[in-house]
Amino acid sequence: MTVGPVGAVSGVGEVGGVSTAALSDRFGSAILRQAVICGDSIVWVDASRAHEILAWLRDTPGQQFDYLTDVTAVDYRDPERPLEVVYQLRSLPRNAQLRIKIPLDKTKPLVVDSVWDLWKGADWLEREVFDMFGVSFAGHPDLRRILMWETYAEGHPLRKDFPLRGHFTRAEQTRQALASNPEAHYSLEELSIAEAYDELPEDMRRRMAKGERGFVK
Amino acid sequence: MGLIETPNAGAESAELAGVSPNFITTKLDFLANWARSNSLWPMPFGTACCAIEFMATAASRFDISRFGMERMSFSPRQADVLICAGRLPFKLAPIIRRVWDQMPQPKWAISMGACASTGGIFDTYTMVQGIDTIIPVDVYVPGCPPRPEGLMYGIMLLQKKIKGETLSDRTLRQEHLVDDRGFFLPPEKIDEISEPFGNSVHQTRSA
Repeated sequence: MTVGPVGAVSGVGEVGGVSTAALSDRFGSAILRQAVICGDSIVWVDASRAHEILAWLRDTPGQQFDYLTDVTAVDYRDPERPLEVVYQLRSLPRNAQLRIKIPLDKTKPLVVDSVWDLWKGADWLEREVFDMFGVSFAGHPDLRRILMWETYAEGHPLRKDFPLRGHFTRAEQTRQALASNPEAHYSLEELSIAEAYDELPEDMRRRMAKGERGFVK
Repeated sequence: MGLIETPNAGAESAELAGVSPNFITTKLDFLANWARSNSLWPMPFGTACCAIEFMATAASRFDISRFGMERMSFSPRQADVLICAGRLPFKLAPIIRRVWDQMPQPKWAISMGACASTGGIFDTYTMVQGIDTIIPVDVYVPGCPPRPEGLMYGIMLLQKKIKGETLSDRTLRQEHLVDDRGFFLPPEKIDEISEPFGNSVHQTRSA
């Protein structure tokens, strides 16, 4: 494992089929660190230029990381360590893998640029990271909770400062769950019936026109 | 009915006053309970691995049709017994509540497995700690998951319970709705039921 600017890296000439020289020549100090851990190639990059780097990795001949396997995040128990947003990339034509990590300072707002414009599959993955870790993705078209219901008010469950049983009492959790509207979790787009809007029953049309969501009494 | 004047000795409801448990009513009880207990149509609410055992119970080897559960009732409108097979997250709580409210009386509920009955190993932010905080439960079947024999034993216990019911007790068929405060049980009761127990008292990871 090596730390520091890429120029100082020794022994890691080739990370995931990406020439370290090519990445550092192009992005310089935005490449924070590179390593091969357990055979996985990992590159830590600066949040402000992450989108640019990911776009470059996707579009540059010789890189061609055309498939986004996963977007997730890691919150470490050590409060000093930054929260990391993780992009797992795969190049189908080159049969290569690369993991990009973006460290985020937990004392500041957690914001990174959405890669939805590069890989459409990032849509729900980024919503899950937002839901579980509270990371905002700038430029995401529909950044809502995806696993927890939209009126969920206890925070972001996979953060290490989140108690295992949640913040509220069991009674309060039960009350809020019973008060939620199980039919209000879908938008017109999700149901793919926007075109059939006029043929829907009157009450459904009324509900959807208002974009009605669940509510807490 | 009504031929014999009976003093209203401590009857709990006014409705009970006009009904005496005389010869005819007793026989009606027997007839109704016999019919009800031997034609229970289950509403399967399978959410996890218990549902696999439930399917095995319904399939040919164990065959709950022998107990009068001739078919699964996938509409709550035709169901008699709700079988919650598996853990119930808070996200599903309003859904099982609505299914229960849609079932017509007479109706009963079986809580199948450790998770449905107590939350089981899932003492976390997502999980209802026992479906009896959401709907009234008649029979709890322990196990993780229970074997088909276990579920059938639970069903037979429910049949026994039904055979002990009487038509003159209207409280049996009373709906227990969610109250104005949004609770089915009093909040203190929910907190008490949901207290960690057994091994999970050691799970104290928190802020």
